[in-house]
Amino acid sequence: MNISELNREREILYSGHSACPGCGAVLTVRHMTRTLGPDIAMVITASCWSIIAGMPPLTALKCPILHCPFPSAGSVGGGLKRGLIAKGHLDTTVVVLAGDGGTFDIGLQALSGAAQRNEDYIFICYDNEAYMNTGMQTSSATPYGARTNTAPYPLFKEGQKKNIMQIMAAHSIPYAATATVAFPDDMERKLKKAKEIKGFRFIHILSPCPPGWGAESSDTIHLSRLAVTTGFFPLYEIYNGITWKLTSPPDMKGTPLNEYLDSQKRFNKMDQIRRKALQEEVDHDWSCLMDRCEASVDTD
Amino acid sequence: MPFELMSGNQAAAAAVQRAGVDLVAAYPITPQTAIVETLADYSANGLLKGEFVSVESEYSALACCNGAVAAGARVFTATSSHGLAFMHEMTQWCSGARFPIVMVNVNRAIGAPWVLDPDQGDSLSQRDTGWMQIYCSGAQEVFDTVLQAFVLSEELLLPCMVVFDGFYISHTYEVVDIPEEETVRKFIKPPTFEAQVQPGRQKNIHGLTAGENQHLLVRKRHEDMLKALNLLEKINEDYHKIFGRSYKAVYAEIPEGAETAVVAAGATAETVRWNLPKLTGTGLIQLRMFRPFPSDQLCKIFSDHKIKRLIVIDRNCSTGVGGIFAQEIKSAIYKMDKPPVVNDLILAGGIDLTGDMLKKVIEDSHLADKSEDKWGVDIQ
Repeated sequence: MNISELNREREILYSGHSACPGCGAVLTVRHMTRTLGPDIAMVITASCWSIIAGMPPLTALKCPILHCPFPSAGSVGGGLKRGLIAKGHLDTTVVVLAGDGGTFDIGLQALSGAAQRNEDYIFICYDNEAYMNTGMQTSSATPYGARTNTAPYPLFKEGQKKNIMQIMAAHSIPYAATATVAFPDDMERKLKKAKEIKGFRFIHILSPCPPGWGAESSDTIHLSRLAVTTGFFPLYEIYNGITWKLTSPPDMKGTPLNEYLDSQKRFNKMDQIRRKALQEEVDHDWSCLMDRCEASVDTD
Repeated sequence: MPFELMSGNQAAAAAVQRAGVDLVAAYPITPQTAIVETLADYSANGLLKGEFVSVESEYSALACCNGAVAAGARVFTATSSHGLAFMHEMTQWCSGARFPIVMVNVNRAIGAPWVLDPDQGDSLSQRDTGWMQIYCSGAQEVFDTVLQAFVLSEELLLPCMVVFDGFYISHTYEVVDIPEEETVRKFIKPPTFEAQVQPGRQKNIHGLTAGENQHLLVRKRHEDMLKALNLLEKINEDYHKIFGRSYKAVYAEIPEGAETAVVAAGATAETVRWNLPKLTGTGLIQLRMFRPFPSDQLCKIFSDHKIKRLIVIDRNCSTGVGGIFAQEIKSAIYKMDKPPVVNDLILAGGIDLTGDMLKKVIEDSHLADKSEDKWGVDIQ
């Protein structure tokens, strides 16, 4: 898709928002709102987007946005959808937007509860792999071996990145998918699919953060693409927790992980032992994903 | 006649059902559990108008209510003790967001250790969160107050907590007048407050603001809550016309010439009331509304009746200070010319109050010429 082809009338995100240049989370929301709008109501939990959305009464989005405390997004979303139905707004799409902290960490309990109850809304996690709004502190979405302000050199983030997609799949929700801004057509197709489905839908979007990751503002798309081609962040869908479908181009996963790591300052003190361990983790996860996809019966 | 034998918990649930709520989100905790179970029963039998959502925690119960009330729905939840403590962040958010939510809190002490007895420490820990708080002394009062709380809350756009003692009220059965839904509808109409989230309307709701704005919002919230004292009287007039019952923010029962008064809230007030005939020269002041605090009403009662001594019964203790009701009253009487001496009887942990205990504290207060704390357990 060429960015100039986008239909400007469908834009719900205004220019003049308060994001950093090259922010992946803004591109994510731009695609998301354009695909799901105009009849949407958004819930935003504590995250970069609490700032990006603007200082009331100003707003960067042409829709109602309800801010809520950090751990509550999953539950507020369900309440809002039920409340809208009670007031006769049956068709409004409720979207909950959270960062990796509000999804993987402090938001996990409410997210799990909402997924288990199959609440009828779309939960979008834009994952920039740390607490970027407060200046890059470790979250459980931070990759192994990265440096953060709570794991400064010679420390590194220990332990694997939490596999949120497996957690969501274990809830047997109707639809879960991964996406990145380097593949906007893939992202929009998944969002459209999510919109058609009733029940709990979860979209995990890798969202590069140039200042946090130590990259140029112009690198956002490049890094998003590398994350996919190295197999670090595969693109796939999960239906009802059992049918796994790879949506990355078939020749993907050919690029060595080092190419991805070398493009970001957060990995630049990472030693060879750690790099090897992370490559092994990525290869192992990729092979598990392939097994799952091959074992799945295509129901689409 | 619509009289039924029910517990305080069942009376609360009956009021919620009659109020025509759109959504109940709740998580069970002793001694509140029967409220949730009764509402679930109503839902199963098609008697509850709105949705009943079994959420995974108290925090989510209030968060779910937040979402629904933002869309303009009438919502309810209930909790006790640790559940309320867990909700703390959301209780602040509700009042800051001006969400008219009604919640019942059934008083229970907070651990450690695990304890089930009725101590007001749970609800009083939330006193600064911007919720109105009304303490009830019986199942009938619970029923009536829950209905009134919806009207009060939606009029002022402030959340309201209806509080009563665990077990003394939650589990004790009384004959309660439960009017039919049509009669209740004459008093409580469907919600008309403006929805904050309206599809199609561009609005950034409760986003980051500047300190000066927050200052103004907090002041406005404070001023609005103070209106509850007069508003409750008006609501009570309407209520009295339909149901024949009426309540006040503060209720005084003081014999002619009495110079001593016992101040109590909730079931404790009822215990004092039953013991009054044995306590010559002593009156009762029942404090129903704790937030907003009815300072002027209290001072007027003290001076009208020439009260020289107060015995405040606190089923709570703010460690390092003493009983919370006593502290609040001391603050309220500061402006009086001749403020009464305040003695505090602390029954933390929810221990029983006996007539003998009460008698002894009142006798001792006549000897005391200054404020004094008494720990209920020590005087037995």
